[in-house]
Amino acid sequence: MNLRVFLTLWRRELSSSFASPVGYIVLAAVLLMLGVSFTLITDALAKPSDIPLTELFYGSLFFWVILLLSTPIITMRTFAGERATGTYENLMTTPVGDAEVVFGKFAGSLTFFLILWLPLIPCLLAVRHYTNDPSSLDWGAVASTHLGIASLGALYVAMGIFSSALTRNQIIAAIVGLALGVTLFLVSFNAAALAGPGAWPAAILREFSLVDQMWEFSRGIVDVRHLVFHLSLAAVFLFLTLKVVEARRWK
Amino acid sequence: MEEAPVIEVSHLTRHFGRVTAVEDLSFTVGPCEIVGFLGPNGAGKSTTMRILAGFLPASSGTARIAGFDVFHESIEVRRRIGYMPENNPLPTDMRVREYLKFRARLKGLHGETCRERVDVVLDLCGLREVGRRIIGTLSKGYRQRVGLADALVHDPPLLILDEPTIGLDPNQIRSLRQLIKDLGQRRSVLLSSHILSEVEMTCTRVLIMHRGRVRAAGTTADLQKAMSDGNQVVAEICAPEEDLRECWESMHEITAFNISPCSGDFFRCALTAANGTDLRDRVFDEARNRGWRLRELTFTRHSLEDIFVHLTRTERPEE
Repeated sequence: MNLRVFLTLWRRELSSSFASPVGYIVLAAVLLMLGVSFTLITDALAKPSDIPLTELFYGSLFFWVILLLSTPIITMRTFAGERATGTYENLMTTPVGDAEVVFGKFAGSLTFFLILWLPLIPCLLAVRHYTNDPSSLDWGAVASTHLGIASLGALYVAMGIFSSALTRNQIIAAIVGLALGVTLFLVSFNAAALAGPGAWPAAILREFSLVDQMWEFSRGIVDVRHLVFHLSLAAVFLFLTLKVVEARRWK
Repeated sequence: MEEAPVIEVSHLTRHFGRVTAVEDLSFTVGPCEIVGFLGPNGAGKSTTMRILAGFLPASSGTARIAGFDVFHESIEVRRRIGYMPENNPLPTDMRVREYLKFRARLKGLHGETCRERVDVVLDLCGLREVGRRIIGTLSKGYRQRVGLADALVHDPPLLILDEPTIGLDPNQIRSLRQLIKDLGQRRSVLLSSHILSEVEMTCTRVLIMHRGRVRAAGTTADLQKAMSDGNQVVAEICAPEEDLRECWESMHEITAFNISPCSGDFFRCALTAANGTDLRDRVFDEARNRGWRLRELTFTRHSLEDIFVHLTRTERPEE
């Protein structure tokens, strides 16, 4: 793994997100949704409650809309777009390893995804400022929420990169990525259907519940099992992407 | 010039499903040679170049660049080539200098060397004044130069250029041709084209490809010699047609002739000689001795175009 090449590709991937109209549309849409959820938080604060602000935000479900929709759009360009314009041929005929290409694109997309979430911090700070209640914003909970965003984000970006590597059509890449993401999100909802006394399939499916996992993160609970689950699944998708890229050299 | 060949291709074959794009292709390119790949569209030129650049694997056969196998030692090969793909794809969202810097870094240059090389290729390709422009706003000619600058930025010993002059205007073609010639003084160049005059003027050697096979190879002069059987002397002479016919029949060097009337009382005679001998002086002597008036005397050599047409027009042998 050549670190210098990896950093070059990372920078290129990130800066091209900011050079494309798609990147700005995603940024604007996420900003809008964060803004709407901000007004919902202030509404919720009108009633007395002891729920952390981060959990209030998370409860608005905008989190899932942003995670599920933005990641396939951010990542669809990575491989599919480059293959469609032909610059992929330029890239793959330079002396760079396949691993650098995959990780560079992954790191660039994940960085852009994390930048999308930065406006959440000023939103929370604003609420904290006007409520004058120091307990309403627990820095630990803010940190664990962002940790959850980052680890779930890594998983979803890895899935998006994988679907982008499968095709040369960006629309197909985005749809496949969205389908994978929604499937993973919905798997745990089947638990209810399988529920019953001694129903072990239901118990297993409940462990896949991204909703429950993220809920814990938003309350300030960092469960290493969830981190391992997200990051190992992300590693699996990156490995598959690498194999897809390598296989293309063979055929 | 007993140096090791830069490109060594032997029995290279590539199938796409049932289609055979390249079939049993073998050739070598030596140091500081400019070799032109000539062939109609779909002859297998781009496929061969992609295999050499390590973008596609071959179905069978081997290709070595500077002694490294293009498939098994792909990274080493890619370090040593400057490759410009067909249609020269470029990211439209980057600035020229930024793109070349990015490419130089991918090719292993960094720091001061990177900046120096980018400056060198910007100057070399006449891109100095557009360094800050966004590639998407550049004209086709400038984009082509950006592609060439990219191929050159790490100073590779071998350039592989797929259709470098496509879409350029005649002036741009002329300056690019000169640039390639200059570059060829210090490194090997393999370029493909379906424009004959271009290959004829730039390349020291030509490989004519058709349906995935090399149909002819050699210097332009060699190819012309090989085709010299078809060389003709054309003379326009004012004389009675029967006299002309009798005269050409009496000259035993002439294997075939064709007489056609043209303006005035002149006849146009196309004379084909054995072994492609130049018969101009003999025809002139004949005309002077017989008191014929002669107003044109030309020796037509086969141009690369004729050779090309001859070789690529032939029907498919099998199937």
